[in-house]
Amino acid sequence: MSPLVLLVKTGIYLLMALSLLAAVGVVTFRNIFHSALALAGTLLGVAGIYLALRADFLAGVQILLYVGAVVTLILFAIMLTHRLGDPTIPQANKQSGPALAGLLILAALLGSLFLKTNWPVSEAALTPVTVRVLAKALLGEFVFPFEVVSIVLLAALIGAIVIARKD
Amino acid sequence: MLIPLQHILIFAAGLFAIGLYGALVRRNVIGILISIELILNAVNVNLIAFSRTTALNPVTGQVFAVIVITLAAVGATVGLAIVLALYRVRRTIYTDEVNLLKW
Repeated sequence: MSPLVLLVKTGIYLLMALSLLAAVGVVTFRNIFHSALALAGTLLGVAGIYLALRADFLAGVQILLYVGAVVTLILFAIMLTHRLGDPTIPQANKQSGPALAGLLILAALLGSLFLKTNWPVSEAALTPVTVRVLAKALLGEFVFPFEVVSIVLLAALIGAIVIARKD
Repeated sequence: MLIPLQHILIFAAGLFAIGLYGALVRRNVIGILISIELILNAVNVNLIAFSRTTALNPVTGQVFAVIVITLAAVGATVGLAIVLALYRVRRTIYTDEVNLLKW
């Protein structure tokens, strides 16, 4: 194995570890503002994983749409609503113990299943997906789901305005 | 594939479990919405990992991931609009303080 490949591999595993660390921060930080910033970190890490899997268009979409739009939206909502920084308000309910135990069991079970399964590798999947191929698929073979999602997006846009405006 | 599929799947399962923990435990509605975004990201990582290894057509997983990202944005938008409306009426964003319909 060449040193470059080793370096890239180490980088990817480091990226995974940092993303998981930021995700733990997202669910444990007391201040919800810090959670939102940690969410941006996790999303950037996931975008890096996409790049490692050669889904470069999706990495771009992830950064533009999630880090650019959704996190900004969440930060606006936090600033419009929150009683920020009051340490007397508990941020977690009383179910954290059972939830943690159950999810640890779930993660261990899934991990052992993943390691035991023999995953087949198909030759066709190894060809990289360019933006051109993706666009042809979205507007050709998958045009119906594409249009349905567009209508859902429009409905959500109008619905969000109607719900959030003052009467 | 530079790294084995199993390791990516384990990473995604960890992300999913952390997100589900947040959705179960957080009292803050915005915290729950953030956790749901984590869960949807774990799903997307899985879709793309499978599209790179086991899929018969590598495009399918990415198309599905694009749709999931769109629907996640839709969910966040409508959820945050509901949060704003809730805050205007009840002056709270904690789930257990919104108990008007609880018997």
